[in-house]
Amino acid sequence: MADVTYEPVIGLEIHVQLKTRTKMFCGCELSFGEEPNTRTCPVCLGLPGTLPVVNAEAIHFGLMIGMALGCEPAPRSIFHRKNYFYPDLPKGYQVSQYDIPLARDGKLGDVRIHRVHLEEDAAKLVHVGASGRIHSAEASAVDFNRGGTPLVEIVSEPDIRSAAEAAEWLRLLRVTLRQLGVSDVNMEEGSLRCDANVSLRPRGEATLGVKTELKNMNSFRFIERGVDAEIARQEAILRDGGTIEQETLHYDVRSGAISSLRSKEEAHDYRYFPEPDLVPIVPTEAMLERARSAIPELPAARAERLEREHGLSADQAKLLAFRTEVGDFYEQAVAAAGEAGDLRALANWTTNELLTELGDGGDPAGSKLTPDAFAQLVAMVVAKEVAQSAAKEVLATLVAEGGDPAAIVESAGLGRTDDSELAAIVDRAMAEQADAVEKVRAGNDKAVGAIVGAIMRETKGRADGGEVQRLIRERL
Amino acid sequence: MSEIVELTAAAAAERVRAGELSPGELWEAYRERAAADSLNAFLWLADDAPDVAADAPLGGVPLGVKDLFCTEGVPSAAASKILEGYRPPYTATAIELLARAGAPMLGKTNMDEFAMGSSNENSAFGAVRNPWDASRVPGGSSGGSAAAVAAGLAPWAIGTDTGGSIRQPASLCGIVGLKPTYGSISRYGMIAFASSLDQAGPLTRDVTDAALMLRHMVGRDECDSTSTGHPEEIALPSAERLDGIRFGVPPELTGEGLEPGVREVFETTLKRIEELGGTLQEVALPHSGHAISAYYVIAPAEASANLARFDGVRYGRRTERTETLLSLYEQTREEGFGPEVKRRIMLGTYALSSGYYDAYYGSAQRVRTKIAEDFRNAFDAVDLIVTPTSPSVAFGIGERVDDPWAMYLSDVLTVPMSLAGIPAISIPGGLSEGLPVGIQLAGPAFSENRILDAAHALELATGFDRSAARG
Repeated sequence: MADVTYEPVIGLEIHVQLKTRTKMFCGCELSFGEEPNTRTCPVCLGLPGTLPVVNAEAIHFGLMIGMALGCEPAPRSIFHRKNYFYPDLPKGYQVSQYDIPLARDGKLGDVRIHRVHLEEDAAKLVHVGASGRIHSAEASAVDFNRGGTPLVEIVSEPDIRSAAEAAEWLRLLRVTLRQLGVSDVNMEEGSLRCDANVSLRPRGEATLGVKTELKNMNSFRFIERGVDAEIARQEAILRDGGTIEQETLHYDVRSGAISSLRSKEEAHDYRYFPEPDLVPIVPTEAMLERARSAIPELPAARAERLEREHGLSADQAKLLAFRTEVGDFYEQAVAAAGEAGDLRALANWTTNELLTELGDGGDPAGSKLTPDAFAQLVAMVVAKEVAQSAAKEVLATLVAEGGDPAAIVESAGLGRTDDSELAAIVDRAMAEQADAVEKVRAGNDKAVGAIVGAIMRETKGRADGGEVQRLIRERL
Repeated sequence: MSEIVELTAAAAAERVRAGELSPGELWEAYRERAAADSLNAFLWLADDAPDVAADAPLGGVPLGVKDLFCTEGVPSAAASKILEGYRPPYTATAIELLARAGAPMLGKTNMDEFAMGSSNENSAFGAVRNPWDASRVPGGSSGGSAAAVAAGLAPWAIGTDTGGSIRQPASLCGIVGLKPTYGSISRYGMIAFASSLDQAGPLTRDVTDAALMLRHMVGRDECDSTSTGHPEEIALPSAERLDGIRFGVPPELTGEGLEPGVREVFETTLKRIEELGGTLQEVALPHSGHAISAYYVIAPAEASANLARFDGVRYGRRTERTETLLSLYEQTREEGFGPEVKRRIMLGTYALSSGYYDAYYGSAQRVRTKIAEDFRNAFDAVDLIVTPTSPSVAFGIGERVDDPWAMYLSDVLTVPMSLAGIPAISIPGGLSEGLPVGIQLAGPAFSENRILDAAHALELATGFDRSAARG
């Protein structure tokens, strides 16, 4: 058994809060940090005699998500009641979809989508007491503002094979949903929540092992760590000759420990049955067309297009596609550059220099830099009218203050040194750095840096680094 | 008894609109009678005479409202201890529509807890007495509404019918009760028992009053996704003959199990139909023998979920014994629900459990589909179906409380129509040993006008004397 290697099999279940104006089954506006229990009505409080009415916008968003994930929308889908008692569930059941979901059988990237369905979110429990956690709480209060927020649940097939892949695919899903404009997809705030089903099987085996469900991990980092920890836990059990119990698990991000929330025996019997208060969702051709036409170009398609039509590397294309705002800026600059534009140079300058200048998560649209100015600057670099290092200085100025790149180059004297001037500077530097010249001749190639440095200082970065190297080599 | 309370609702409304009677006088006459209620028909009475526009179509005729309806600021407990003292922040659509048309709420009427029962003995606030014989039940679950109308404590009342809860008490109290087509009246604000079956409807002294109330209750409500409204305006009935109308008599619902006195009144009614020009023919409802079994799976299943919200967390009763969350739930529900409600929650929970769902709930739904098909087939051959409403006259208080199955069989003739979602009316057909016997007329979905017209002709010919119930 020692030589068995195990293959992790992972499927994800994602809950997405939709940013409709109102809740799933009533007219209350969605809540964003209002005072507790101020966004409620008899319906979302589950008062006796009240009835749900489906939010048409939620169906529209649900159809958009289903279609964007390549699913087939069901010609008729129905709601069920999922019965269980908990104080955050005012009716004693959640209205959700069960055996006939809104859409099914799709694919995003390399992962197949099992189903997409609509449901309502639960309310929020607030535990009152020193720790703020359920176990030492003096009391628990319920805030119903969140109760009834529309949710879409997306369930993948178990097509993922590592924790890193899981996080990577979830990023693709998140950027896709963001591009659709249907959710804030913020994991920390809970508008995107992810559970992972994890099992192991000996590599080469077709049947699936017993799976466990890791609940509610609220960042990409925790998903990766949690799934890795669960893979390690299962592998250790299997190598010990043990068996995996089907259970629901919690990953503690602080300690890294995995603990059991409930075993298979303790699993709820939700007693699903069709919700008699609602009628089936039967999308009309007009509803389907409206959803279809509301879907913009999605990140996966954009990455493919940039790779194919712009000749960019896969990584670069993905970066531009997944960071929509960066990709948009790049494509605006490409348009500004016109036919003469050098797409690779524009892409390189966008993904390297511009993103470095903007810092973590920076949005080009939030700076003073215009796509037009950016295109001009990159054109000057390509035409060798300005050296790389000088161009970076110009870029910093453009980002901070805006303006015309040619004018900045001119006024700051950053224009490239002309050839005879540079030749003279190289000659002088080599004479002054005779030691370094000797060392290089003796085979210590690194010593050339001292000579280059002296030249760059002298030219204040206006010289082209490659050209300087060439001139030095010529003279050696 | 004052002459005012002798008037039917339609006649009283007519007097008010003609300026011959003031809404205030009308209100006071009934307020006084209702306050002297010795039947336990009312659970709460309004104090103040409401303002009613002089030209309101319903002329200020006060309305008895079953406690199942939520009414803003007014106790609405579905006759359950678990909701004792609960005052909702909103009013049910049907009550709102009737109030707007000029029928203000006189009071809340007693009922079986959460509408679960056929005798009104399951009320947490005591049994209701039948005005024909105070030792007998008024039927249920809308027993308070039926007794109040029969005894002249209210000119008319609104009830709800899930498996017979309007028709059976109307039958036992000698009045008219109509269960409309499922969906024609909004369920918003009706405390749910079995959502796919519950439907509000009128309990009135005569067929014209039933038509008048129905006219002002129907309508699509955007708060109820299952409401459809009614495709035609409800007309006040005028027919005096039944010429050319084909009546179907289903042997499954008119054979065994009827009390001899009920059978006698039914047979007299069939003769009367023929005398009025109607024709009779046998029609088959082959699956109706399974109706009670299917009903007692579907209704409790839906109820088990509908009643989950009564958990002591947000409103209504909460136990004092709350050491843990589980004990909060268990104790609150143990203390708050009566035995019949608990029985049905357990039945329904069991029927929906994993592993049993298809055998119980699934089978029951298939039976329901078959029953609806039976009726559709029958209505290819006949215009209306006629049966007795209840297999027996009013039974004694306490007589069936220890035998749930005997109690459930009280609805054996009304449940099939509920499962099919079709309209049916109960009108008095005569007396058996001094107690009223109701006759049920059922028609296809949305055939209320046809049913009301036929019921009107039959009512005229029957000439039922209600006065014995009016003390």
